[in-house]
Amino acid sequence: MIQANSLSKRYGEKTVLNIESLEIPKGESFGLVGNNGAGKTTFFSLILDLIQPSSGRIFNNGIQVNKSEAWKPITSAFIDESFLIGYLTPEEYFYFIGELRGLNKADVEAMLSGFEDFFNQEVLGQKKYLRDLSKGNQKKVGIVAALIGQPGVIILDEPFANLDPTTQIRLKKIIRVLMENRERTVLVSSHDLIHVTEVCERIVVLEKGEIVRDIKTSNETLKELELFFAG
Amino acid sequence: MFRHFIRLQWKSFFRAASFKTNLAFRILMIFGVLYFVAVFLALGVGSFYLIRDAGVSDPLQWVNRYMIYYLAGDLYMRYMLQRMPVMNIRPMLYLPFKKNEIVYFSLAKTATSFFNWAHAFFFLPFTIVLWKEGYSFEGLIGWHLGIMALFYCNNFINILINNKDKLFYSLLGLLAITGLSQYYGWFDLTRYSFEVFNMFYTLPVTAIASWLVLVIVIWNAARYFKNRMYLDGGLQIKREIAKTEDFEWLNRLGNLGSFLKNDIKLIKRNKRSRTTVIMSGLFLFYGLVFFPGGIDSYEHPAWNIFAGIFVSGGFLFSFGQFVPSWDSAYYPLIMSQNIRYREYIMSKWYLVIFATALSAVLALFYLYFGWEAYLAVLVGAIYNMGVNSHLVLWGGAYIKTPIHLTSNRNVLGDKQAFNVKTLLLILPKILLPMLIYGLGHYWISPVAGYAFVAFAGLLGFAFKNSVFRKIESIYKKEKYKTLKAYQQKN
Repeated sequence: MIQANSLSKRYGEKTVLNIESLEIPKGESFGLVGNNGAGKTTFFSLILDLIQPSSGRIFNNGIQVNKSEAWKPITSAFIDESFLIGYLTPEEYFYFIGELRGLNKADVEAMLSGFEDFFNQEVLGQKKYLRDLSKGNQKKVGIVAALIGQPGVIILDEPFANLDPTTQIRLKKIIRVLMENRERTVLVSSHDLIHVTEVCERIVVLEKGEIVRDIKTSNETLKELELFFAG
Repeated sequence: MFRHFIRLQWKSFFRAASFKTNLAFRILMIFGVLYFVAVFLALGVGSFYLIRDAGVSDPLQWVNRYMIYYLAGDLYMRYMLQRMPVMNIRPMLYLPFKKNEIVYFSLAKTATSFFNWAHAFFFLPFTIVLWKEGYSFEGLIGWHLGIMALFYCNNFINILINNKDKLFYSLLGLLAITGLSQYYGWFDLTRYSFEVFNMFYTLPVTAIASWLVLVIVIWNAARYFKNRMYLDGGLQIKREIAKTEDFEWLNRLGNLGSFLKNDIKLIKRNKRSRTTVIMSGLFLFYGLVFFPGGIDSYEHPAWNIFAGIFVSGGFLFSFGQFVPSWDSAYYPLIMSQNIRYREYIMSKWYLVIFATALSAVLALFYLYFGWEAYLAVLVGAIYNMGVNSHLVLWGGAYIKTPIHLTSNRNVLGDKQAFNVKTLLLILPKILLPMLIYGLGHYWISPVAGYAFVAFAGLLGFAFKNSVFRKIESIYKKEKYKTLKAYQQKN
C-alpha cells in the first residue's frame, strides 16, 4: 500500500531520514518506534506530502504522493493538534470531516455512536470548543476523526500519548477491530513499546533516520525492543 | 527575588516577537513614538496659552474643573486597553517565590505602564509653564503630586474592576448622567470635584490625602490579587460556552457549503476575525471624508471612486488579503484532507462577494450626499466584486504570515504582509479604477466614467475561472513553503 524508494530528507547538512526501501502491504498494522528525532514524524509527514523529500519517492496505493493528489480520498491522519480546527465543537469538526469524505450528518452520528465508550462522556455535548478541551480529549477527537469515512490508510502519530490508561486500552481494541477484515493499512508510531507490540504485526525501529530493525511481531519482540533501547 | 523578576521581564521584552522586526521598521516605530511625544509636549506647553487665549482668566482652575472627566476618561481607556499582568504569573506559582513578592512585583510592573507615564507629557510641561507664569511653587508641587497619585489610583482601581463589566458600565452610566445634568444645569458635579482638585493647589498639604487614598487602593488591589492567585480563580483563562451550530441551509451547496459553514464560524468565534469585521465596518464611514467636500485635496472627481472602492471594500481588503492565513493553525489538515483547492478558495470568494454586497446596501445612507455619492459607492462595489475580489485572493496566496486567531496581535497589519508582489497588486485594485473613471470623465462625462468602471467590474467576472486556476497553481507551488511558514509560532 505504502512504498518508499531511496527516500531521504535533509535539512542543510543534517540528514533526518534516509530509507533505502520500505514497503507496507495492504492490511498491515505497521508500528514505528524510535527515540526523539529518529524521523518518525518526518516519515509520516512525507507520506502525507506535507514536506518534500530531498530525494526518492513515496507511493500510496501506487500514486506518487507529490505528483498527484488522488491518494487523499483514501488516506486519513492525525499527527498533532494542527489537524484540529480549534474554534469548532467536536461535533462540528466530525461533521466537517464527514462532509469532506462524503458522509452526511446522520452517517457521522451513526459512526460516532460506536465510540461512546472511547469518548467516556468527555467529548460530545460538552459545550466546549476543541481549543478548550484537554490534550487527551483533543487526541480522542483527532483519532476518531481520522477513522471517519472508512479510509484505506490511517496514519496516527503517537496516538497513545496523553491518553488515560482506560482510553489506551480502548484504543488498542479499536485498532484491532479496524484490522479485522484486512482492508485497512494502519500506521502507528509510539514511544510506548508495550502498546505497539500489542497492536502492530510489524515493527520498524528508526534511529537517526535509518531503519535499524524490521521485526515481525512475536512473543519475543518486546524483549528484543527493550534490549535495543536499553542501549 | 526581585532581581529574578526583573531579569525575566528584560528577556521577555527583548525576545518578544514584535521586537524582532527589522531595523528599518524599528526606526520607523521610534520616529512614530517621538512624534507622539512631541505632540503631547507641545500640547502640555501650549495648552496654558490656548486656554488663556480662549478667554479663561485662570487656566489652572479651568483644568481643575474638567479634571474629573479627564480622570474618568483615563479609567475608561485603561479598562478597554490596559492589559492585566496575569498570564506571566502562572509559571511562577510553583517556584519558591512568596506570593506577596509576586503580587507586589506584578502591581509594580503595572505602575510602569504607558498608561501612567503618558500623562506626564502633559502634566510636567503644563506645571512648569504655570510656575513660569507666576503660580505659587508650593501650590504647584502639591497640585502636581496630588493629581499624579490620582492617576496611579486609576491604575490600581482598574485592576480591581477588571472584567467586571456590570460595575464598569454602571459607573460609566452614572458619569454620563452627571455629564448630562451638568449640561442642563440640574446638578454640577464639577463644582464639588473642582474644590478638591483646587485644594491641592491652595492647600498643598492636602496632596498627602490623595497619596493616602493611593496606598489604600494599592493595599486593596494587592489583597484582591493575592486572593485570586489560583489557577481556577483570577488566573483562569476565560472560556466561552460553545454551541454546536448547523447552518443546514448551506448544505445544498455541497462541499462549498461545508467550507462556508466553517468560515462563518471562524469569523464568529475568534477574536482576531471579529476585530477584522468591526474594522471593515468602519471602512463604511470612510467616504464621509470625501463626499461632504470636507478636504480640498480630495476635490478631484477620481477620488470619489477611490472612496467608493474603500467604502464597500472594507471586508474585502481586511479579510480577503489574509486568505489562506486564516486557516494557518490547521493548514496541515487542509492540505492532507480530501479537499479541492478550488472549492476552498471559492468559499472565501463567496464570503467576500457577500460582504461587499452587504456593505453596498449598508452604505445607502450616502444618498444623503446626493445620488452621485452613492453611485460612486455602488460602482466601487461592482468593481470590488468583479475585479478586486480576485486580485485580493491572488495576493493573499503569497502571504505566509500565520494568524493567531485568539489574539489581536498584528491586527493592524504586519510587515510580512507587505511584500513586493502584494504591493504590485494594489495598483490594479485602486489606481486602475481611478484611471478608468478619469478616462470616461474627461472623454465623455462623469456618468460615463462611472459606467466605465462598472463595466470593468462586470468584465472581471469573466476572468474568474482563469484567475482561480492561477491561484490554485500558486497554492500548489507554494504549498511546502506555506506549511513551513505557518508552523512557526512566533
